Formats: sequence, structure tokens, C-alpha cells
Amino acid sequence: MNRRILRRVLSNFMVGLMIGAVVVALIPLFFILLNLVLKGAGSLSMEFFTRTPAPAGETGGGVVHALVGTLLIVGTASLIGLPIGVGAGIYCAEYPTSRLTWITRFVADVLNGTPSIVVGVFAWAWIVAQQKHFSALAGSVALALLMIPMVLRTTEEMIKLVPNSLREAALALGYPRWRTSLSVVIRTTLPGIMTGALLAIARIAGETAPLLFTALGSQYLSFDLDQPMAALPLTVFTYATGPYEEWHRYAWAAALVLIIVVFVLSLGARLAVRRRFAING
Amino acid sequence: MTALEETAVRSAQPVSLERANYGDRVFKLVLTAAAFLIPILLGFLVYELWSGSRLAIDRFGFDFITSSTWDPVAEEFGALPLIFGTLLSSLIALVIAVPLSLGVAIYLTEFAPKAVRQPVAFLIGLLAAIPSVVYGLWGIFVLIPVLRTTAFPLLRDALGFLPLFQGAIYGPSMLAAGIILAIMIMPYVMSVSREVLLAVPNTQREAALALGATRWEAVITAVVPYARSGLGGAVILGLGRALGETMAVTMVIGNRHEVAASLFAPGYTMAAAIANEFSEAVGDLHLSALAFVAFVLFLVTVLVNAGARLLIWRVARGSGAGSSAL
Repeated sequence: MNRRILRRVLSNFMVGLMIGAVVVALIPLFFILLNLVLKGAGSLSMEFFTRTPAPAGETGGGVVHALVGTLLIVGTASLIGLPIGVGAGIYCAEYPTSRLTWITRFVADVLNGTPSIVVGVFAWAWIVAQQKHFSALAGSVALALLMIPMVLRTTEEMIKLVPNSLREAALALGYPRWRTSLSVVIRTTLPGIMTGALLAIARIAGETAPLLFTALGSQYLSFDLDQPMAALPLTVFTYATGPYEEWHRYAWAAALVLIIVVFVLSLGARLAVRRRFAING
Repeated sequence: MTALEETAVRSAQPVSLERANYGDRVFKLVLTAAAFLIPILLGFLVYELWSGSRLAIDRFGFDFITSSTWDPVAEEFGALPLIFGTLLSSLIALVIAVPLSLGVAIYLTEFAPKAVRQPVAFLIGLLAAIPSVVYGLWGIFVLIPVLRTTAFPLLRDALGFLPLFQGAIYGPSMLAAGIILAIMIMPYVMSVSREVLLAVPNTQREAALALGATRWEAVITAVVPYARSGLGGAVILGLGRALGETMAVTMVIGNRHEVAASLFAPGYTMAAAIANEFSEAVGDLHLSALAFVAFVLFLVTVLVNAGARLLIWRVARGSGAGSSAL
């Protein structure tokens, strides 16, 4: 009798411990978001979004150069990465028995686990070292390489969810394979594929390490992909590690903007998609 | 011709076999090109890393991993402090993050009320969406001041008899990096563990409960052992993340090429050294040494991730339940 009570007490105690773990796990999230709003929101102004930085040590200025830079670098990366990622994902789903599928899937897993800084070194060696100058394009290539495996995996998973009967129905109506794929299978999964794409864009928009020695960063507004360019995460890094109080304020504000961009992209991706396509992580 | 016949004739026209085959061939060719590009890119990446580090490989060879001098002026490079720092900071992160993530994952799959499961998993998933540089910013201005003034002195008072918790307290340190890393890898370990636990068949739980086990006993005797290798995979996947994490670590670890026993002392990691020194390196040998560091980091993460995948696959295959995280 006594033993039974003891066992039940232990069971409840362990559940209590686990609830404690949940609370501890949520504390950092709460404080990071709270600090971002408290320290960052005060510096957000019209000027912050429309001006380039003031010279070091002076007050005023904004981060429009970094906003434009992030948009251009991430946009170019998506133009390179999405077609390759989606195409390869369709290949893996449509030809599951091919040996190339096995290899591509394995390589995508390897790339997915590769640290982003290593991808940055690769883009540096491949493009920057050859051209002998830093360029936004090299940064875009690095980011594209990071997004390809993510997009590939979600595209493949999404297509696999399409019931075979849909495919068979289209083929039975006399559709050739490519039209079955494009206008039946892929059309059905388009929301899912787009969710994967948005999540990947959200991930690379916050990446700093691969841009450090490719896009490098800059204090000026620039639209030339062949030149160094600023990006929001790079700006956060430079300002946070710089010596001026004013810079630290701007780092918090830029970080707040960055996280809003990332959250809106990833929440939008999750909400836009119907429930049966829900993906984790 | 009746309307029906007309439709039949019209719809019969596009189904010319030759044209269909042609379309199929083009379709397959384009997709194959995309799929083929990915192994080629990886091959290219390995080649560039290798050729970039050849200078350093020829010059230092295996000594690179065992020497701890890092002197760009004298062109002497040894990566031991970097490797040590990478391993130690990741180990600290695992020690903190693994019990927490497993606790949360087990609670969410086995005990939590239905209404709580999705929201909590979603909130912890948000941690994974926060960019690394934002963790670094928060680390510098919020976490480190708290650690320096409150947590580290308390730790030194309580556990100061261990060499790990002795010495001067600066703030930026190995322990600060480990804590930031723990927060960052927790959502990954949690979400993969959760997927693995969800893949455990219900009959396992029911059998244990039917034998009179309490709910905790059912979990610990029937669910966790069944999912063991998958949970191991989740932990190793977290390790892979921690090893390669760059920005946040660079911002809080103190960046000093030194092997120190104390966790309060500043350190350095492979990724942080590349981030800090690469764009400022002038000598070819310095660049090459950093590329060598990147190469070593790449090889280590590939091995770690491959191990994790193997372990997770075993559970997924055993249960036959497909899961999107695997």
C-alpha cells in the first residue's frame, strides 16, 4: 500500500519537474522578445527607415541601406536557390527509385548540417578570391546554397502527401506525365511548396556568418550586386560590437526590425497553409 | 456531328504519343539537371575548402590540430584552442539543453493536456526562428551583465572548489557561450525528440499501464527505451548545430586563443575564429590556416550529422510511421 503511494508521488514529482523544464525553456524567449521591444522600439522612427547612417559618433541617421541590402541579397539568393531547390525536390518525389534521388537526398542532408560560416568560406574562395573584391552576389550565392536543401526537403515531403489516386486519375484521362506533375500534383501542393520557400527565406534573411566576408557590409546605400553591400544582420553585428552608445541603440532597433521581418515571414508561411500540410520545425 | 462526338474528337487530338513523350523527356531533363546540381555543388565546396587550405596542410600537417600557438605575425598557426573551445562550449550546451529539451518533449507528448501541446511547441519553435546575431546582441547586453554580477559569483561561491569555477570573472566566457548555445539548440533537440516520441506505438504505453505502471513508469520503462536511439539522434543533431554556430558565440565567448581550465575564462571556437579573422587576414598562410579550420569544422559536422541521421532512421523504420522531421 505504502509502496503504491510512493510510486504515485514519484510520478507526480517527475511531471512537476517536466513542467518546470517547460517554464525554464520559455524564460529566454520571453526575455529576448521583451528586451528587443523595450530597447529597440524607442529608436524606431521615420528617419530610421529612410536615412543612411550618420558618421560614427554622431547622432541621427537610419538603416535604409541595410534594409535595401537585405532585400536585394535575399531576393537574389531566392532567385538562384528556389528554382534549384524546388526542381530537385520534384525530381526526388517523382523519381523515388532513381539512384540520383538517393544521392541528392543524402547530399542535401549533408548541406543542411553544414555550418553557415563554412558555406561563407566556400563562397569567398569561389567568387571573392577569384574576383579579388567583395560582392553582394557572393553573399547571395552563399545564402542560396543554404536555402536549397531546406526547400528541397519541404518540396519533396509536400509532393509525397498527394494521394496516388489523383495522379492515376490524371494519367487515366490521357495526360502525359509532365502535365500530370505540373497541373495536378504540383498545383495541389503549391501552398505547401510556398510555405517551405517562405520558411527558407525567413531562415536566410537572419543569416550573418555567410555574409561577413562576401557581402562584407557598407555604410552607403548601394544597388550594385557586384559591390559590397549592407545587410540588416551585418548591421546588427557591427553596431552591437562597436564602441558607441548610439550604435548599441541602433543595434537593438535593427534587431527588432530583423526579428519582425523573420517572424512575419515564418508565421505567414505557417498560417497561409492548410492544416493537412502543417510542417514542424 | 453531335456535340458529344465533337468533344470526343477534340479531346483525342492532344494525346499524340510522340508529343507526350517529348514533353516528358524535357520535363525529366530539367528536373534531373536541378537534382544533379546539388551533388556537384557539394563536390565543389569540398574541393574549394581543400584547395584553400592546402598551403596550411602542407606547412603544418597534423601538428595543426595539436599546437596551440596562433601568431599571424610569425605565421605560426595551431588550432588546438579553437577545437578545444568548440568542443567544450558545445558540451556545456548539451549538458544544459538535453535534460530541458527531453523534459519538455516528454511532457508535451505524454502528459500535457491537449490544449497546451501545440501552443507550447509553437512558442519553443519560435526560439529556432530567432537569428543567431540577435542571440549575440542579447547575450552581450542582457545575459552577460547578469552572469557577471550575479550568477558567476554565486557559482564560484558554491562550486569554487572545482577548477572549472575558479579564476577571474570577466563576463564574456566559455560558460556564457555554452549557455547561449544551450538556448539556441534546445528547440531543435525538443522538436526532433517530440517527433521520435510520437512515433512510438501506443501499444507500448498501453502494455505498461495494463501491468499497473504509473504514467511516469510507463514512460520511463516502455516509451523512452523504445525511442532510445532516436532520442540519441536528436541529441547528436543538437550537437551538430552547436558545433557550427557562429555569430552568437563570437559575440559572447571573449575570443582568446587559449586553453583554460576555468569556464569563466574567455575562449574561442573554430567558427568564431573564422568569423573574426577571415576578412582581416592579410597573409596567404593566415587565410589558408582559417580555410583549414573551416575544412576541419566541415568534416566534424558531417560526421556528427551522419551519425544522428542513422540513429533517427532506425526508430522511424522500426515503427513504420513516417515523420516530417526525420
